[in-house]
Amino acid sequence: MIPELGQFSLILAFCLSILLGTLPMIGAARGNILWMNLARPLAAGTFVFLSISIGILAYAFATDDFSVQIVAAQSNSLLPMQYKLTALWGGHEGSFLLWTFMLSGWMLAVSVFSKSMPIEFVARVLGVLGLLCVAYILFMLATSNPFMRIVPLPPGDGSDLNTALQDFGFIVHPPTLYMGYVGFSVVFAFAIAALLSGRLDAAWARWSRPWANISWAILTIGIALGSWWAYYELGWGGWWAWDPVENPPLITWLLGTALIHSLAVTEKRGVFKSWTVLLAILAFSGSLLGTFITRSGLLTSVHAFASDPTRGVFILGILGIAVGGALLLFAFRAPLMKSEFGFGLVSREIFLLANNVLLVVSAASIFLGTLFPMVYQALTDDLISIGPPYFNAIFGPLMVLLILILGVGPMSRWKRTSTSYLVQQLAKVAAVSIAIGLVLPLLVLFEISFAAIVCVVLASWIVLSMAKDLRNKIINKETVSKGLRALSLSYYGMQIAHIGVAVMLIGVGLTSYFSIERSVLLAPGATVTLGSYAFRFDGSEPIRGPNYVADQATFSISKDDSSLGELYPERRIYLATGTPSTEMAIDAGFLRDLFITLGEEKEDGAWTMTVYVKPFVRWIWLGAIFMAAGGTLAAADKRYRRLRQRKFAKDIAAKEKLDSGNLQPASS
Amino acid sequence: MDRLKYFLPSFVFVALAILLWRGLYLDTRTLPSMLIDKPLPEFTLANVVGEPVSNSDLPDEIFLLNVWGSYCLPCLIEHPTFMRLSEEGEIPVVGINYKDRNKLAKDWLETNGNPFSFSIEDLDGRFGIDLGVYGAPETYLVDADGVIRYRHVSVLDETVWNKEFLPAIAELKAESN
Repeated sequence: MIPELGQFSLILAFCLSILLGTLPMIGAARGNILWMNLARPLAAGTFVFLSISIGILAYAFATDDFSVQIVAAQSNSLLPMQYKLTALWGGHEGSFLLWTFMLSGWMLAVSVFSKSMPIEFVARVLGVLGLLCVAYILFMLATSNPFMRIVPLPPGDGSDLNTALQDFGFIVHPPTLYMGYVGFSVVFAFAIAALLSGRLDAAWARWSRPWANISWAILTIGIALGSWWAYYELGWGGWWAWDPVENPPLITWLLGTALIHSLAVTEKRGVFKSWTVLLAILAFSGSLLGTFITRSGLLTSVHAFASDPTRGVFILGILGIAVGGALLLFAFRAPLMKSEFGFGLVSREIFLLANNVLLVVSAASIFLGTLFPMVYQALTDDLISIGPPYFNAIFGPLMVLLILILGVGPMSRWKRTSTSYLVQQLAKVAAVSIAIGLVLPLLVLFEISFAAIVCVVLASWIVLSMAKDLRNKIINKETVSKGLRALSLSYYGMQIAHIGVAVMLIGVGLTSYFSIERSVLLAPGATVTLGSYAFRFDGSEPIRGPNYVADQATFSISKDDSSLGELYPERRIYLATGTPSTEMAIDAGFLRDLFITLGEEKEDGAWTMTVYVKPFVRWIWLGAIFMAAGGTLAAADKRYRRLRQRKFAKDIAAKEKLDSGNLQPASS
Repeated sequence: MDRLKYFLPSFVFVALAILLWRGLYLDTRTLPSMLIDKPLPEFTLANVVGEPVSNSDLPDEIFLLNVWGSYCLPCLIEHPTFMRLSEEGEIPVVGINYKDRNKLAKDWLETNGNPFSFSIEDLDGRFGIDLGVYGAPETYLVDADGVIRYRHVSVLDETVWNKEFLPAIAELKAESN
């Protein structure tokens, strides 16, 4: 009975979202305030019923209701509670409900934090989001109902959550990634609302910016969590593998990065309007495409859910209507937007344009590389795979160019900057960066490689040019602290996010070029050394976990005869399915990670194993944290909260008075 | 004319959508499009008792290639069928001990009986990847020339044997005569 209630509230949410997708939109088109005002309550109602729906599904998982199909398929009575609850998103149906629920959460957020926007605009934004909600719920009800029952005989126990997913990473990575992904729907809805109203001005860009920044920050964290999880989960190819399902979030992220920069230009200078709108549409398409690829079985990958062409056709339909419709609307409306101001050949506008071009080209080349195997198969019937070499060869140089511009952009001025000013400002920065790049890797790692030098030079370039810019900004103020306080939060956000790029660059570069590993067979008591680290194998013993049995090995780690503690890698067998799984043990550090994976047990308690030393690997995710913090800080800038729309509010109030006489005779 | 350029994104999108739609109906993951009627991939591995084996050790007649593991509970369900087939000499069965541990595999064969002419030891699952194995149990029908002719995913019990494999074998025999 209870699961049916969940289904019922899903249907109610469906009905409410149909109203949300139509009434406020019609109201906005006809200037009917009453209908526009329905947007907020309808959005809240949709959210409430989707919450009930997902809450009931979570309850079914928590109470082992194996009569519900996806509970039987993805859970098991032995599963620890945190995995029972999160097994909800361990398959296609539940994760799509989560996706839709998050969309409604964003809708609620928009309806709460939009007090300063005119109601007509809010009605359109929520209306567009409501239409997306309609499509998603219809998709669930038609092809992938999460509340489907097994009748008449439910199984006695579930067939367990995929053992590779029984991990902390699974609890945090999918919701964060979805949250960021779905956030771009909001920015998309803002763009569509602006196109519909025909008013693409600086106000539109200002309203969109905090939403774009927050979505982008969450997506950054979501991707970083995925990367961190893939790093310690053996067999997933390390922190980044250019897997076909890893790529769409990155594509979305790159387009989102382009978008937040382009929005800045549109807000401050009133140029690039149609380009910014197009980017908002593209970033959203990226997120939908990610869903399409994961759920249609289009590409084979570790992430893919069970393949089903009907689902694929349905999502493609959603993609076609949403993106195709948006692009057509763009084609008709964009020519009406005219840039208000011009700019010179050397100006901040130009550097931001170059940033956009590079980011979009990177996104496009990753997109092509991801889809190429499928295209190839469509044409020749043969299977091929495009590996990391393609992606590295294209992505690397593009990022080098991007980072070079990153140093110059913030230093340059709107409209026109003189080249000699830039040269004068940055020549010393460039020289010092190169010097640091040549010396530092040698001092820290006693090794030298061209790639490492490039990474360190570029990272220093970012940090030093940022520092120089900061110095320029405060040098004329009376005191340093006064100067620092005069700068806006969005300026600090930008600085921190850019420093995040430098930090991540160091991590990526040094890990890629200086990691070492060794595979050995060790008998108990034997030691293997790697670099300056010694790993002593102290033997293994059987242990028993909540839903698995395992052989746990003990290692004592030391460096230069001083002990660094013990590590306990495991080989597990999960009881429900009999699946073996390797749990690596990691000693994480700021400057290096040490880790061990167990292989096979051989004669006399000896094991095969691989030990690794990975310098600076944590910096990859530390960089992502910096970027996300920067994006959040920029979104928190007080100018977004200022009620700049007093004028609009007055207009609307006046209009409301006029209309209410006609429309609400009962209340007057 | 100038306005046409704003339609460019729409055109690109339509082309892409057609491509994606076409892609949906491509079979990227099931075996038939890949290995049915293709020769068994090359392998040089050890068998469970440690002797080297390769393609040349395979039977010169029609045989079954069964993917199994000591951790695999469903394998116990189909095990009696394979025991009967090999005891009655109906068809040779070769095993692939898939992602298992040698000692456990040996114990398993000792406890439950060994229906296999030999079992290829695929510890890291490489050969399984070449074959496109989903997981144990899984059974392939291979002809005398070492070409894969049929694949069955999951348990092969007497019903499956009678319904799927006997007709497939009869067809193969008719073909070669």
